[in-house]
Amino acid sequence: MNRIDHKFIQLRSSGKKAFIAFLTAGDPDLAATEQLVLAFERAGVDIVEIGVPFSDPLADGPTIQAASYRSLQKGTTLAAILELVTRIRRKSDIPLALMTYYNPVFNFGEEKFAVQAAAAGVDGIIIPDLPLEEAGPWRAFAAREGLATVFFLAPTTGPERAAAVASASTGFIYFVSIAGITGARQAVPSEIKAKISLAKTLTDKPLCVGFGVATPAQAHAMAQIADGVIVGSAIVKEININAKAKDLPQRMQRFVAGLVRAVKR
Amino acid sequence: MKYPDSNGHYGQFGGRFVPETLMTLLLDLEKEFNKAMKDPSFRKEFAFYLREYAGRPTGLYHAARLSQTLKTLKVYLKREDLLHTGAHKVNNTLGQILLARRMKKTRVIAETGAGQHGVATAAVCALFGLKCVVYMGAEDVERQSLNVARMRLMGAQVIPVVSGSKTLKDAMNEAIRDWVTNVKDTFYIIGTVAGPHPYPAMVREFQSVIGIEARKQFLAREKKLPDILLACVGGGSNAMGLFYPFLDDTQVKFIGVEAAGHGLHTKAHSAALCKGGVGVLHGTKSRLLQDADGQVQLAHSISAGLDYPGVGPEHAHYKATGRATYVAITDKEALVAAQLLARTEGIIPALESAHALAYLPKLARKVKAPTTVLVCLSGRGDKDMNTIKEHLFHE
Repeated sequence: MNRIDHKFIQLRSSGKKAFIAFLTAGDPDLAATEQLVLAFERAGVDIVEIGVPFSDPLADGPTIQAASYRSLQKGTTLAAILELVTRIRRKSDIPLALMTYYNPVFNFGEEKFAVQAAAAGVDGIIIPDLPLEEAGPWRAFAAREGLATVFFLAPTTGPERAAAVASASTGFIYFVSIAGITGARQAVPSEIKAKISLAKTLTDKPLCVGFGVATPAQAHAMAQIADGVIVGSAIVKEININAKAKDLPQRMQRFVAGLVRAVKR
Repeated sequence: MKYPDSNGHYGQFGGRFVPETLMTLLLDLEKEFNKAMKDPSFRKEFAFYLREYAGRPTGLYHAARLSQTLKTLKVYLKREDLLHTGAHKVNNTLGQILLARRMKKTRVIAETGAGQHGVATAAVCALFGLKCVVYMGAEDVERQSLNVARMRLMGAQVIPVVSGSKTLKDAMNEAIRDWVTNVKDTFYIIGTVAGPHPYPAMVREFQSVIGIEARKQFLAREKKLPDILLACVGGGSNAMGLFYPFLDDTQVKFIGVEAAGHGLHTKAHSAALCKGGVGVLHGTKSRLLQDADGQVQLAHSISAGLDYPGVGPEHAHYKATGRATYVAITDKEALVAAQLLARTEGIIPALESAHALAYLPKLARKVKAPTTVLVCLSGRGDKDMNTIKEHLFHE
């Protein structure tokens, strides 16, 4: 069974919520990314989203844009990220999802990417600029290789469309908390509770909230209404602040553990 | 078959590669656009502003002295350079702002490279009293300070974009980020036949007035259709506007001219059709300058309006089907052509349009007299005088 599906079955049976941590591959470098993923696992993270850097990350705010830029400057490629996953898999069984814009996948070849990602030990793929309408061929390859394809529900998604997205999404459903781009925000909007309740009437697939969730308090609040919480920019920012520290993995383990506690509390 | 299909595809190109937050909006926009196109009052209003505000119809001018130098060619210029704000861009911004008003949007955003689309957007926002925010690469803000001042004078807020390469492609990224954040009240006026569906179809529709007029004017003058249509291609809106109304006139050849910058053998060019691969950028699948990993590369052209690593998906489709041919002209060749038109006709072309003109001598050597060519003179060169001074007079 796919590790993401297995994880949610476990979490549900124990009545816990998922904490999903995002980081940009290759920032500060791929060796550090490997150590960081392992540190996240020790911190109790349920699923790690590994971001593939792209030259034009139009769904991302300044923090992840800058991380992508730094990573590309280091020469990070999709092929090197798949090798990284292979190395991580020798040491860990933590569920891994790759978050990538569509062009690197299209360029790599959708079928080849699905085959190689699955072989490397990737469990799910999240492509923010590939809506349902354009995802036909990819979904077929991903399904064949046993990869989950996570689709998004946005605040603007109407009920009819939401049903289609929910039915197509596998692994979990990425619930965008706010119309906008990734990045920490002061407050997560209050109407989100009603929207999640509505989404729950459409599907029993896990609903995980991301975009704008930055602090343990926000993560805790989201965990009360959703099946999982995704934190990205706040983690990426903290990695960058500590990028030169020799004990970067330990520091990040402590930082992420605070978010994990908030979600599990 | 008529393109695009119901999902905005032109053969293998086009589509909607955008975050989910924008999907509902694009579907609504498409509906509203289709409704407007069937509404005689919208068409009437659009025609009114094109005539009374933008200055249409533009002339079709037989460039006799230029033609003499080319021997085999009889050249006609479609004078989009005479339009209000100095280029064809205003055809599209007028169409889109009328749609924005129908959709009750109160805020308009746009991206701009050279500033021509920004100026044309700022103008129509002032005309209708809508708030206007223009994203422009920080580097372009420096290079095109006069256009920045124009936009500000008309009440637009110009936001310099400091991310990425600080040019048009990053301005477009930032405009999309603004849009996704302010979906409720904001209308995004894209300046070319690129971006997610329905933009390529919508901009084509609004720019088609170029070809519709030119076709009638040419028929009246020559009692036949032109042999060749010639236009520069950055994103490709003036070329599409000229070509599309001639699509079924299969005897009329289409030639699009891209920017070869320092030369197609270098990395410093903007020739997405001549040299690019298939890829996805800014919501559409088309040809694109990219590296082996699918990372988008920087474009270069002396003309800021052609300095874009992508191109409209319908052009990629025309190339794939052979309906149009695409060639490329270097910075130097474009400058020489600008000088040639200035000296033979007393018309100073925009450097974008000068790329189309620069192909005329090459074309002249390939064809037999008399071959008629209709060139879209998409803009005037006032905005480029600093560049021209620097390169031609070494000032």
